[in-house]
Amino acid sequence: MSFPWANEYKPNHPFMQWMDEKLPIPRLVYNAVGAGYPVPRNLNYFWNFGFLALICLTIQIVTGIVMAMHYAANTAVAFDTIEQTVRDVNWGWAMRYAHANGASAFFVVIYIHIFRGLYYGSYKAPREMVWLLGVVIFLLMMATAFMGYVLPWGQMSFWGAKVITGLFGAIPFVGEPLQQWLLGGFAPDNAALNRFFSLHYLLPFVIVGVVVLHIWALHIPGSSNPTGVEVKSESDTVPFYPYFIAKDGWAVGAFALLFSIAVFYFPNALGHPDNYIPANPMSTPAHIVPEWYFWPFYAILRAFTQDFFIIPAKLMGVLAMFGAILVWFFLPWLDRSPVRSSNYRPAYKKFFWFGLIPTMAVLFYCGGAPAEEPYVMLSQLAALYYFAHFLIVLPVVSAIEKPLPLPYSITESVLGHDEGSHLRPAHGATEAVHPETAPGHTA
Amino acid sequence: MARILSILVGLFFTVALAWSFGLGFYTWATEPAAETAEHEFHRHPKEVHFASDGAFGKFDKQQLQRGFQVYKEVCSACHSLSHVAFRDLEQLGYSEGQVKAIAAGFQVPGTDQTTGEANSRPGMPTDYFPKPFANDIAARAANNNAVPPDLSLMTKARHDGPAYVYSLLTGYQAQPAELLKKFPDAKTPSGLHYNPYFANLNLAMAPPLTGEGQVEYGAGNPRPTVDQMAKDVSAFLIWTAEPKLEKRKQTGLAVCLFLLFATVLGYMSYRNIWAGKKH
Amino acid sequence: MAETEGVRRRDFINIAAVSAAGVAGVGIVIPLISQMSASADVLAASSTEIDISAIQPGQAIKAIFRKQPVFVRNLTPKEIEEANAVDASSLRDPQTLAERTKEGKENWLITMGVCTHLGCVPLGAGEGEVKGEFGGYFCPCHGSSYDTAARIRKGPAPSNLEVPEYEFSSDTVVKIG
Ligand code: HEM
Ligand code: FES
Repeated sequence: MSFPWANEYKPNHPFMQWMDEKLPIPRLVYNAVGAGYPVPRNLNYFWNFGFLALICLTIQIVTGIVMAMHYAANTAVAFDTIEQTVRDVNWGWAMRYAHANGASAFFVVIYIHIFRGLYYGSYKAPREMVWLLGVVIFLLMMATAFMGYVLPWGQMSFWGAKVITGLFGAIPFVGEPLQQWLLGGFAPDNAALNRFFSLHYLLPFVIVGVVVLHIWALHIPGSSNPTGVEVKSESDTVPFYPYFIAKDGWAVGAFALLFSIAVFYFPNALGHPDNYIPANPMSTPAHIVPEWYFWPFYAILRAFTQDFFIIPAKLMGVLAMFGAILVWFFLPWLDRSPVRSSNYRPAYKKFFWFGLIPTMAVLFYCGGAPAEEPYVMLSQLAALYYFAHFLIVLPVVSAIEKPLPLPYSITESVLGHDEGSHLRPAHGATEAVHPETAPGHTA
Repeated sequence: MARILSILVGLFFTVALAWSFGLGFYTWATEPAAETAEHEFHRHPKEVHFASDGAFGKFDKQQLQRGFQVYKEVCSACHSLSHVAFRDLEQLGYSEGQVKAIAAGFQVPGTDQTTGEANSRPGMPTDYFPKPFANDIAARAANNNAVPPDLSLMTKARHDGPAYVYSLLTGYQAQPAELLKKFPDAKTPSGLHYNPYFANLNLAMAPPLTGEGQVEYGAGNPRPTVDQMAKDVSAFLIWTAEPKLEKRKQTGLAVCLFLLFATVLGYMSYRNIWAGKKH
Repeated sequence: MAETEGVRRRDFINIAAVSAAGVAGVGIVIPLISQMSASADVLAASSTEIDISAIQPGQAIKAIFRKQPVFVRNLTPKEIEEANAVDASSLRDPQTLAERTKEGKENWLITMGVCTHLGCVPLGAGEGEVKGEFGGYFCPCHGSSYDTAARIRKGPAPSNLEVPEYEFSSDTVVKIG
């Protein structure tokens, strides 16, 4: 799709014309990330994080392929091959640290990307599919990261594999056989390590596929923006090239700088020391914690300490942990507000800043803390608000709150006026989020 | 309808959590958790600095050589160093010939070329440091039922590793009377040694560094006090865990300076392109 | 005038920024390529010691050096004679037996067991293997024949079997590498 005023690809060189007829890849690029893609001019820096996520995915795939050239998925030697890579392979240390910290960087970027979607209501129509595919990507990323962490076969790798597959053991009736099936045995061993390696190599390419769909789905309505008001006319947009190439470009530089500081100066800061101890199936480390990016969900898992009627606490924890992510699939329908951006939703904005954000902070903190008081009680309160926020607060508040008046258009919000604004509807306060009005349908 | 369903699901989770919280809170308020000796007497590692610290840190090779000497003469009796090869020692400033001589001073597992039986032979630079025990069972048998861990990665396998190793080696002491008064059951069992830097306070390793001059440092080196030897061997173990530390920091400096420059250029270019475009 | 100056300066910054990105790209590619070359543990100078006391004249053994076979052969006087009878300058890779052995130890022919054609292991060192037309080694892959000084005499191989660096640690022990 595009807006009617989008630039059209017109190759000059005969070779490019020939190419355009046979395999129009240049046209595709031009329309996707070139001058042919109009983008709202008022995007703020939160909109750079999708591009940064692409950079992270690339870093992970490239350094991962390198690591795989020197790695052997066998419990007898896996730990040693990683050490050998770091010590003896040319630049092996850089590849290893880039890959390990790359995973963390990827999650930092993605959490900000998701935050943007939640705050600015990007998940709402007409971008539901973009959001749904995003949640699928997030689940795939979690699976990939979990299996990758098992590969060095250190203490945390082993016990992480055991505990996380143990989650499936909580499912009634099929749990135990399921866990055995996942591991290919009674405990993590060669069978598990090999399949995790195979899948860890496969899933990133599945993610690439879903990312293509994600961006495709986004390019149908085009990007939303901080006002949440849909694009109305040419003056609302600028072409992706050169404007957003330049903006994403310098953001990549800044990201690369921060990332390099982590890789070269604090390469182990986010890792756990116990993973420098080879796996020992006979002795569990004193505190087992997953990698930091799983902490909120780990906190939710541990928050359920009591059986609930007939449901055992263990099962409740597992249900809630998966439920905490699955609930995101329903957001586009739970949120009934006609307005996207929280900037114009005074009541919801308060719940967002004073409810959801502190809740996430507490969950992050408690998920990494030992399973002791007061951390357990804190995570119980935070988890309680987490579910209340999405399942109760959001549907209720979005139905009853009165939003602030929206600007007529992006142009008006940027320049203070827009020639077309006399077309403003009588009660200009709200812009209905109806798919029919999305420009994608007029094009 | 969807909203009612959602609120019901929401209530399900929130009520379950409130239930867990309520019971947890009640237990916490009525039965305070018992205090433990570990909780009260465990200490964080001491402050200690090494030449390799900081963004511009470099190894002090003289110190690494001393640390290696301590490892060789003291620690290697019980602890392996299995990720380190003799050839790596050239990075400490030893010549090729010296490395050969050091390697030859260790017996490594070999095979008799005529009978095919297992035997041992003098080490070569390509060999890795040999393990002092044939396997964990032998190690346990010789060490009061505890397996001395491999030291190659020790400074990365503990929080604040270098300081931890240093503190542990210099931290042995008599069990405080206070502790015994408060926790009479926590008396250090025979065969173990009290050390507040060890997670559970009682360690199977007897104090390995016992007195000044245990290792003889050549002329031009500091006096081999227990403190000095502990520092030196900790520095050596920083190197064994991260032999690429110097290269990493130096490369990092070049990379970060370049990226700073490139990012500033990128920002200027961005400002340029957007000049006159309000957004 | 001032206007075009400004434009030129701005173009310059954009070009500089894109060039910096190019430099970064090259900087990333170099380690990615270099990681595939042999690692330090592989390159570490290794050496192999071989006890040759049990090798009778006319016999040969295979040892391993850098993951490849080495042939150690105790030549008989007849084999030495045969090798010396050839006019070296007429050969594809002109070398005399003396140039390929150590002084005073002309009977010890020590070569890599790697055919210089495409790397197969020639026959002739193992018990009962054919030695080929020239009594040395015969490579079954594409038919290269080597003589008793392991010089290429017939077939597609371009050069003689390589003589590795070695020395006699004693009369009965050779150290290769
Ligand atoms: C590999 C991971 C991902 C990649 C590479 C990726 C990439 C992108 C890109 C390039 C954009 C357009 C630029 C931008 O708006 O920032 C975008 C937009 C978007 N992404 Fe993602 N994404 C990923 C994961 C996710 C996840 C996990 C979610 C949500 C759970 C998500 C939700 C969205 C939404 C809602 C938009 C539209 C934003 C708007 O227009 O306001 N994405 N994504
Ligand atoms: S490899 Fe020996 S003849 Fe071709």
